[in-house]
Amino acid sequence: MTITVGAAGLYAARGGETVAGPFNFTLAGGEALVVIGANGAGKSTLLRTLAGLLPPGGGSVRIEGAIGPGGEPAERLAEVAHYVGHRNAMKPGLTVAANLSFWRRFLGGRSAGLKHTLPEDESAAIAAALEAVGLPGVASLPFGYLSAGQQRRASLARLLVAPRPVWLLDEPTGALDAASQERLAGIFGRHRDEGGIIIAATHQPLGLDNAGELVVERQRPPAEGFLTEAEVEAAEAWL
Amino acid sequence: MKAVFLRDLKLSLAGGGGAASGVIFFLAVVATIPFGIGPDLNLLSRIGPAILWIGALLSALLTLDRLFQADRDDGTLDILTTGSLPLPLVVLAKCLAHWCAASLPLVLAAPLLGLFLALSPTAIGAVAVTLLAGTPAITFIGAVGAAVAVALPRGGLLVSVLVLPMAIPVLIFGVSATYGAVNDPDPFLPPFLILCALTLFFSVLGPIAAAAALRASAD
Repeated sequence: MTITVGAAGLYAARGGETVAGPFNFTLAGGEALVVIGANGAGKSTLLRTLAGLLPPGGGSVRIEGAIGPGGEPAERLAEVAHYVGHRNAMKPGLTVAANLSFWRRFLGGRSAGLKHTLPEDESAAIAAALEAVGLPGVASLPFGYLSAGQQRRASLARLLVAPRPVWLLDEPTGALDAASQERLAGIFGRHRDEGGIIIAATHQPLGLDNAGELVVERQRPPAEGFLTEAEVEAAEAWL
Repeated sequence: MKAVFLRDLKLSLAGGGGAASGVIFFLAVVATIPFGIGPDLNLLSRIGPAILWIGALLSALLTLDRLFQADRDDGTLDILTTGSLPLPLVVLAKCLAHWCAASLPLVLAAPLLGLFLALSPTAIGAVAVTLLAGTPAITFIGAVGAAVAVALPRGGLLVSVLVLPMAIPVLIFGVSATYGAVNDPDPFLPPFLILCALTLFFSVLGPIAAAAALRASAD
């Protein structure tokens, strides 16, 4: 059964104020959506809304056909999605392996709806994931010792140690060099081949073939002191 | 939940400062009191349990403001919030880890510091037992304050001010149970049981309230 992620009339809102929308899209397994838009347009807000970190300003997010870590059909997208934000969510004091092992345990090692290519064993899975992001041999180093680009890649290895069908990526290639971006494009391609879905906000080409595009434009805030047509109509009706 | 607990315990023990700074502050508070009060042993042993409790309360509050701050700063909190484990249970695990790393050393240090204050063996035992039963409540109350102030860059003082009024009942019943054990006509068990009830009550309310505050501050 393939997975479907959809948004219907979804508004991204921050602090009770609608930032962008409405968004309507449907993605099936293997498809990708690239969210583009100017700085401050609301790309991150949209991704955080999809991840369930922010309440939507309206509309809804649908997830169908995915099995959550508890073995029951997932009802919220967050249950089956990886969210990668601007920050790496790794502890600088712990080793890379300890960080990844924690996330593997916390996020659940298995998630149905995907073909698995990773080893069952934890340390082997971590080694394979680090190998895939091009950082073999850093597992025993503290995360804080790595450079900015290496830290980003190590945190992206989280996507691989805990398989989840939907990836919500916010600027995943920031601080990465060209070779790493290419490697990442390969990882994205494999994830889609396995039936996964990728929703990524980015300014750079991610190497996602046949990806849909969603352009985010910031809503103009209503000019102060002027009545909108709807308000005028309402006032006239009252008179 | 176990993974969160173990990771937090490891972080606060390895990160340095967590357990040690609380105990050192506790030591500083308790060691200064006799100098201020003077060498009146009877007075010291009479107010000793209260001083130990106040010292433990303040030291416990000292380390609480960092409970969610580090996780928020590096983005971990985002993923903990959206994970499959309900957020109140994440908060509960973090509170337990924080209690083990920061408050349990205070409980263990209390008998030694009790000697500084000329406490009788009964009083020392009573202080240790009441602290053991009461400090989890302080951690759970403090978690709410830490969650409310998590978005503020320097929320430390705010957390203490927010939390202190709610921690007063814990202090009152902790100290009165200790006096109950020492002074003959006063009862020990009723205030001690109320203290345990406070801990149980806040162990439920604290994580739920802190989780709600964390969700509201996610932006």
